[in-house]
Amino acid sequence: MEAAIVCHGLVKRYGDITALDRLDLEVPTGSLFGFLGPNGAGKTTTIRLLTGLAWPSSGRAVVAGLDPARGDIRLRQRISHQDQQSKLYGWMKGRELLEFVGRLFGFRGPDLRSRVDEVLEKTGLVEAAGRRVAGYSGGMRQRLNLAQALMNRPQVLFLDEPASSLDPAGRHDVLDLLADLRGQVTVFMSSHILEDVEKVCDRVGIIDRGRLVADATMTELQARFAEPVFAIELEPGQPTAQADLVKVLDQSALVEGIGRDGPVLRVAVNDASRAGPEILRILATRGVHVARFERLRPSLEDVFLRLVPSQQPHGAHE
Amino acid sequence: MRGYVVLLHKEITEQWRTGRLPVVAVIFLLFGLGSPVLAKYTPDIVKLAASSIDIHVPTPTIKDAVAQLIKNLSQVGVLTAILLAMGSVAGEKESGTAAFVLVKPVSRFAFLAAKFSGLAVSMAAAVLVCGLAAYLYTDLLFAPLTVLGFVAACLVILLGLLEIAAVTFLGSTLVRSSIPAAGIGIVALVVAGVVSSLPNVGHFTPFGLNELASDLALQQTATGWDWPIIVNAGFVLVALATSWLVFRRQEI
Repeated sequence: MEAAIVCHGLVKRYGDITALDRLDLEVPTGSLFGFLGPNGAGKTTTIRLLTGLAWPSSGRAVVAGLDPARGDIRLRQRISHQDQQSKLYGWMKGRELLEFVGRLFGFRGPDLRSRVDEVLEKTGLVEAAGRRVAGYSGGMRQRLNLAQALMNRPQVLFLDEPASSLDPAGRHDVLDLLADLRGQVTVFMSSHILEDVEKVCDRVGIIDRGRLVADATMTELQARFAEPVFAIELEPGQPTAQADLVKVLDQSALVEGIGRDGPVLRVAVNDASRAGPEILRILATRGVHVARFERLRPSLEDVFLRLVPSQQPHGAHE
Repeated sequence: MRGYVVLLHKEITEQWRTGRLPVVAVIFLLFGLGSPVLAKYTPDIVKLAASSIDIHVPTPTIKDAVAQLIKNLSQVGVLTAILLAMGSVAGEKESGTAAFVLVKPVSRFAFLAAKFSGLAVSMAAAVLVCGLAAYLYTDLLFAPLTVLGFVAACLVILLGLLEIAAVTFLGSTLVRSSIPAAGIGIVALVVAGVVSSLPNVGHFTPFGLNELASDLALQQTATGWDWPIIVNAGFVLVALATSWLVFRRQEI
């Protein structure tokens, strides 16, 4: 699949500080890319370079087929940016702000009105459209910021913490909206809320101290960081069967240890690919009723903490 | 210049809706009304205040009304110009709205041009309101001034104000916060004040233009003013061109 965003050795220095260190990245067209990292890791710097608000010290990027460092207006016609830090114009009304943005993108007359109606509907702001932005709550402002970013039907959408100020229902709506964009728009989303990224993103990049430490699909990351541990949960009412099972499993050369977590047995093995079928065979021959059997996969939070060990991600426990 | 018209419309609407334009217009209106009134009644006020002392105060003339107007405008006008210009670019960079606009398909030149045009429209509207009020009250209390001469005087005053605004605007482009931008405008004001008192070069400053404005309003012969006007207008253009050269490759 063709890449919507490509970075080749992108470096950004501020004096002696290297904010971004030889970033190599490819984001496939139409994918939802989650960009994670602790505070000051280089996420915002990357977005600023990719949107043409700042220029790299060295290296090159291509976004939607164009180099952002050239300041080409055609690029800004193809992309959109929602920045959590932007205050927006508080004196404007919600609809007015979207009309202003639409005019900047060349919408006029009925096209402008219908597009504004459409994004207001999508972001759930129809009722608030006539109110001044200064009176919006943090969540409504975030929705409006997302709405303005959708106005031009961008090819590439850069989002900085798109759901951080929203209540659970609002977050759910926004994540659904982003999921609906899959295949139509390439979304580059930086977030501290790992749960959100895990929920909607196809691919994840993790950056730490300006360096990309991971770039893979969620499945690849989980496979790479998976511990060789299986979880077995038997149907209730088989206390002796569980005790017998533990004894049998313990005798297997593939099993390194067994722990209990309530009704769940956690079986640590030394070779997951051979141990899986072996455990299944034991379960079948013992004739026990199994409620759950799975290889334990790490969450994105587990992966993040393994890759960025000194940092605790904000919202990781939300 | 892509996006200029949309951005200019936004600038003027913003000036109005945030109350900046109405407040400036009211202040200038008060000074427009007050200048001829103050010139007319100052002798009476002085006599009333010092009734026990025999003071001879010359009868006020139309010249005093014009002098009072120019003095007031050169004081309040320049402060207003600095206040309006100081946050025009720096404020948007500080709040993040500059980034919000500049990732849209607008040129940085259009962004700056719309900002300064909006500022110029506000200053022109304020000078217009002030000029109209001063013209009517001068007519009422003294004698009518010639329309053409007075309009020319107002334009010369506006040029001086735009010069201070342009230097503050350059400051606002250079820095990321309004306060240092205002500082740059105030330094320019002080320098202009000092240079205006120097012989031969004083006419080339915004304050030096006040004498020309007075001559034009009173229909007195004004000669040798072409170069000072060109130089002062040139300062505005140089400040704006420098702003653009800085801003076109500035990281937001």
